[in-house]
Amino acid sequence: MWALLTRDLRLAMRAGGGFGLGLAFFLLLAVLVPLGVGPEGGVLGAIAPGILWVGALLSCLLSLDRIFALDFEDGSLDLLATSPMPLEAVVAVKALAHWLVTGVPLTVVAPVLGVLLNLPGTGYGWLVLSLMLGTPALSVIGALGAALVVGVKRGGLLLSLLVLPLYVPTLIFGAEVVKRGAAGMEVSVPLLLLSGITLGAVALLPFAAAAAIRVNLR
Amino acid sequence: MSIWEYANPKKFMQTSAWALPWVAGLALLCLLAGLVWGFFFTPDDFRQGSTVKIIYLHVPSAMMAINAWVMMLVTSLIWLIRRHHVSALAAKAAAPVGLTFTVIALVTGALWGQPMWGTWWAWDPRLTSFLILTLFYMGYIALWEAIENPDTAADLTAVLCLVGSVFALLSRYAVLFWNQGLHQGASLSLDKEENVADVFWFPLLVCIAGFVLLFVALVLMRTRTEIRARRLQALLARERLA
Repeated sequence: MWALLTRDLRLAMRAGGGFGLGLAFFLLLAVLVPLGVGPEGGVLGAIAPGILWVGALLSCLLSLDRIFALDFEDGSLDLLATSPMPLEAVVAVKALAHWLVTGVPLTVVAPVLGVLLNLPGTGYGWLVLSLMLGTPALSVIGALGAALVVGVKRGGLLLSLLVLPLYVPTLIFGAEVVKRGAAGMEVSVPLLLLSGITLGAVALLPFAAAAAIRVNLR
Repeated sequence: MSIWEYANPKKFMQTSAWALPWVAGLALLCLLAGLVWGFFFTPDDFRQGSTVKIIYLHVPSAMMAINAWVMMLVTSLIWLIRRHHVSALAAKAAAPVGLTFTVIALVTGALWGQPMWGTWWAWDPRLTSFLILTLFYMGYIALWEAIENPDTAADLTAVLCLVGSVFALLSRYAVLFWNQGLHQGASLSLDKEENVADVFWFPLLVCIAGFVLLFVALVLMRTRTEIRARRLQALLARERLA
């Protein structure tokens, strides 16, 4: 398991720069939105929680098809499937690797982009906390989507059509936490619901994704 | 006599060939009767005027949009558990019908919302969750189209349908949290004091029956088409081998 995790991390860091691309996309989005919306601080501050969460979600989406597609093409997914490790664990480890190279960096840079978007001062802690709690769900749901389309040639667009509707609850609760936090309101309800979604997704979706991979390798 | 008999495509084809004209005829009858009754022989509402009459299209199609997804969920489960091909094909056949009903509900709602709420669209929980349901239908259909091997496609779409159902339900309640609504609450419940008045209620019931029958007829027809397409492919494959 450890070997698989380090292998996936190393591949993500070295091969093709999928690691930096998501972050660069996130940065670009945070620069483009003020250019499109206008520089008024009040407007930007009001939409910042939503923009940052949508941005995190889209940058997460960018690297999803790398979770399984490359391994499927060069046959290492077959080897992993026949290894003594259960396929569910393989999926979980790969989702964890995806989270470490997308979710965690996104969480770290999000406050900086919050400054660009004029996020009110009380929101930063909640922004980091909500992304920390919510991005694992994005990675696991994405792993399921990637598992579904792994056999499809050029499945990238299809993947986004499948995965984005599944991201809706996470997005709503995540952005709500930041919005309420920035306004100085009580955040425990959306925060708990967000954690619930993440825990449920992490607990159950690896089974669905492993089933999908078994079908695709049949 | 059990429903599993219809897992046999031959038995299904025989029975559905007999049932289809009846179901379709009844659907036509109910829809004609319900819509004519509703459109021409009910009074205008005292506040909404004649726009109230869109209820005869809007409510049944919205109900069937959700019921179609539930039916797909059940047939997907049957496919995953008992591997009956007819079941998977019925799920495939139902998806575009469900999508159409969803779009009808959204469009009629917009047409009604413009004079009544003064806007075509509002980010109201019900409207939003219906839009999300549309996206789920589109993803489901796209996945069916994208995969060539029919059994693989059936398996993967079934998994998507199961997971999608959970997330569709989550989204339904998540949007409630996100915005309080403009849409009126339920007015057809059987156990509530305040419901829609009987003058509107009876033609609406006929319309709902008509939409249910229409859905059944369309799904039967499309499932028959899918079975025939599958047979044709089998014949072609056999010919290539011979």
